[in-house]
Amino acid sequence: MNFNSLTDLHQALKNKEISAQEVVKQTFAEIKEKEPKIAAFISLNEESSLKYAGEIDEKGDFSNFLTGIPLAIKDNIVTNGITTTAASKILENFVPIYDATVVKKLKNAGAIVTGKLNMDEFAMGSSTETSAFKITKNAWDQTKVPGGSSGGSAAAVASRQVLGSLGTDTGGSIRQPAAFNGVVGLKPTYGAVSRWGVIAFASSLDQVGPITTNVEDNAHLLNVIAGHDEKDATSANESCFSDYLEDLNKGVKNLKIGIIKDYLTEGVMPKVAESVKNAATILEKAGAKIEEVSLPNIKYAVPTYYIIASSEASTNLQRYDGIRYGYRTPNYHNLEELYVNTRTEGFGEEVKRRIMLGTFSLSTGFYEAYFKKAAQIRTLITNDFKRVFANYDLLIGPTTPTPAFGIGSKNDDPLQMYANDILTIPVNLAGLPAMSLPNGFVDGLPIGLQIIGKRFDEKTIYRLAKFYEDETKFYQQKPEIAR
Amino acid sequence: MNFETVIGLEVHVELKTKSKIFSPSPVDYGAEPNINTNVIDWAYPGVLPVPNRKAYSMGLMVAMALHMEINRDSFFDRKNYVYPDNTKSYQITQNYFPLAHDGYIEVNVAGKTKKIGIEEIHVEEDAGKNTHEKNYSYVDLNRQGTPLIEIVSKPEMSSPEEAYQYLENLRKIVQFTGVSDVKMEEGSMRVDCNLSLRPYGADHLGTKAEIKNINSFNYAREALTFEQKRQAEALRRGEQIHLQTRRWDESTKSTILMRLKEGSSDYRFVPEPDIPPIHIDQNWIDEVKASMPESPKDRINRYTKDLSLSEYDANVLTQTKEMSDFFDQTVNLGADPKQTANYLMGDVSGYLNSEHLDLLDSKLTPENLADMIKMITKGTISSKIAKKVLKETMESGVEVNSYVKENKLAQNSNAEELLPMVKELLDQNQKSVDDFKNGKDRAIKFLMGQIMKQTKGKANPQMVNQLILKEIKKR
Repeated sequence: MNFNSLTDLHQALKNKEISAQEVVKQTFAEIKEKEPKIAAFISLNEESSLKYAGEIDEKGDFSNFLTGIPLAIKDNIVTNGITTTAASKILENFVPIYDATVVKKLKNAGAIVTGKLNMDEFAMGSSTETSAFKITKNAWDQTKVPGGSSGGSAAAVASRQVLGSLGTDTGGSIRQPAAFNGVVGLKPTYGAVSRWGVIAFASSLDQVGPITTNVEDNAHLLNVIAGHDEKDATSANESCFSDYLEDLNKGVKNLKIGIIKDYLTEGVMPKVAESVKNAATILEKAGAKIEEVSLPNIKYAVPTYYIIASSEASTNLQRYDGIRYGYRTPNYHNLEELYVNTRTEGFGEEVKRRIMLGTFSLSTGFYEAYFKKAAQIRTLITNDFKRVFANYDLLIGPTTPTPAFGIGSKNDDPLQMYANDILTIPVNLAGLPAMSLPNGFVDGLPIGLQIIGKRFDEKTIYRLAKFYEDETKFYQQKPEIAR
Repeated sequence: MNFETVIGLEVHVELKTKSKIFSPSPVDYGAEPNINTNVIDWAYPGVLPVPNRKAYSMGLMVAMALHMEINRDSFFDRKNYVYPDNTKSYQITQNYFPLAHDGYIEVNVAGKTKKIGIEEIHVEEDAGKNTHEKNYSYVDLNRQGTPLIEIVSKPEMSSPEEAYQYLENLRKIVQFTGVSDVKMEEGSMRVDCNLSLRPYGADHLGTKAEIKNINSFNYAREALTFEQKRQAEALRRGEQIHLQTRRWDESTKSTILMRLKEGSSDYRFVPEPDIPPIHIDQNWIDEVKASMPESPKDRINRYTKDLSLSEYDANVLTQTKEMSDFFDQTVNLGADPKQTANYLMGDVSGYLNSEHLDLLDSKLTPENLADMIKMITKGTISSKIAKKVLKETMESGVEVNSYVKENKLAQNSNAEELLPMVKELLDQNQKSVDDFKNGKDRAIKFLMGQIMKQTKGKANPQMVNQLILKEIKKR
């Protein structure tokens, strides 16, 4: 596509340099050209996208930022009339009869839902390799994973098939693939974006967020999808929200920024650690105050996360029983067999592993030792952040310990795969907002700068990100496939 | 060897909300299967429960009426079990931090008042309903998500009679809060009984049996009495009681073993992450307090002090909220309280009993009863005619004023009309006049009867009586 951002595209539509129908046609042409290499989409919504674009052109009002703009949605967010699978065989032919709140909001703002994006099955994974349907490739190197679980969401934007998408982030599932694909991904504060219509993985951690090619676009999308929703009891009060574009161009002067010491040590590639220090230098030069901070309890974050997330998942996924919707085994003679065989055939290995882990953690005699203990450590981690945020506006660190790894390289060792999430998980446990922002390249692959903010202070994250983006121009570098 | 009986009761009460506890579907019985359901009740992918504040307020009201400690921060939990009528495969209930704890109900057995402790009240959702036929099972989710409270007693009852009273009083207290119909036969109140025995003086509780399928308070008493005897005999034979679930079988008047509980089933309770803690602040408590209907105790006080009813009448009238409300409405319409009480406790109750009707299912309205009593007080109709009018309005719901008018039932209280009749009568019956003067009071009854005959019973008896006496004196 000739456009590099939603902002550019919006200007062109507004100036009538291009029609919504032309945009949609171009978009599907791009998708058809690039999909054989990237495999980001599970399903496409071409016919009704074109029809809807026609209606928009007829009205001719492009004053809204998103009117006529093609976006794509991670496939664990339900879309009325469009197959929604969560990349699982158990929901292979599931066509929802309602829209998730975020989808409704995008549609109301005039956006066009072009299709549904690949992911790890039920968002359980860090490489999009656990999808029941296809393996999505990294936009920069098709032998590498796109990250996960929102691998499709990040790769589709990085390869410029669409210029904006929605992902979900339970333990890093927006930020890690955004880092691996060199795009901007934000996980909002828990409660900032409605979870109504988001297929639950771990309800106390899941959050929907935008993935875009630049910071301003990202703030625009968050402006549309954030807000109180009476259909979600965990959604925040109206008073928590403000205009995310407000502080965009305020610069970083006098911002107090902590570099998380614990994020630069064990397991983090020296070149990745170096990139964060370089970022600190740039910010310091611009007048920000930078100091090292420590979050001592985050060393427990990975096991804590895997107990809590798997426990919640084990109960969330019990509803997939083959009775009311989704896959049903043809092999059964009674109810018990129907349940067991449907789930045995319908769920993939990683999902089963987590259901078992979660079921175990909640069982009588183990609850105290596992789930309850994990919940207590979660409080300690949350308090670590609270303590630090009493003195700092933002925290920075790397998004991932390394750039994207090879497809198939970590499949044999779940623990190694889980360890990859160490830098993103603490934010979910504490319910904080955090962004992955392009921060250059290591060995030719993009890496991300992670910016963590106070609860409901996404505005200040965007403020730093916009400054840093303008300063470094990393976002202007595009993968081969998008040139 | 004699044993001490220990009984604990678990009572489920359905709350009368308009919509379900976690979804906007209506709560409405008798609807076509699965009509009152939506994506939340089906446990569709992506749906979320949003708690119904009203249901929680109702639970709060019952907790207050039972003198309980309110947990200012309570939580919902997931209770995991797989069953076709349980769509999410977990029930949202309260396990770790329920709505309220430590209350009591007073019972009065053999002239002694005893406080039975209540362990806790938790708020939860009901499941759907399975119906099994030959080759198919049907699942109806209309009931799925109906709000319930479970009231768990402490194991502090020591006889089936105490348990019976506990249930009676619990039903009455909940009924007067107005949050539930509390009808066992309709399932809006359900009771599970736990009973165990232990030697007198023993520290530890014996192993209990749980009894299900109890459809009335009488069955509860019968089942507990049976179970008490069964366990005592088993223990005396040297047998061991195993943890078990039994059901009451009405036809054989016995409890029947359903299943042994080998180790307790594992529900893997986990805090419900979709619902934040419910914080109950002082405002909420004040709001519920302010909307709390008058308790039976307060009503009895009001009836005896303000309305000068006897203790006995006040007690009878407050046996059910229906009756007490009906009484209040009738009196508020201007009817004499004592007369109202008499009619409700006498003719009305008699009629309802013989027809097996509930007061609210009968055609009698407070308006009609009040009109009728006012006519008696004013002397418009006689108490004899009143009986007839009451029967008619109870059966057909006819409007009392127009019925009396149309059927010309009003009594004649017109002295100018009655006096000539009295004079003529006395003229014709000098003997009776003499008898009366000689102290035979009965004579006046004869004279009265004659006038009533002539007027076809419509003459106002008091007035006739006065006229006769006055006229005799003159002679």
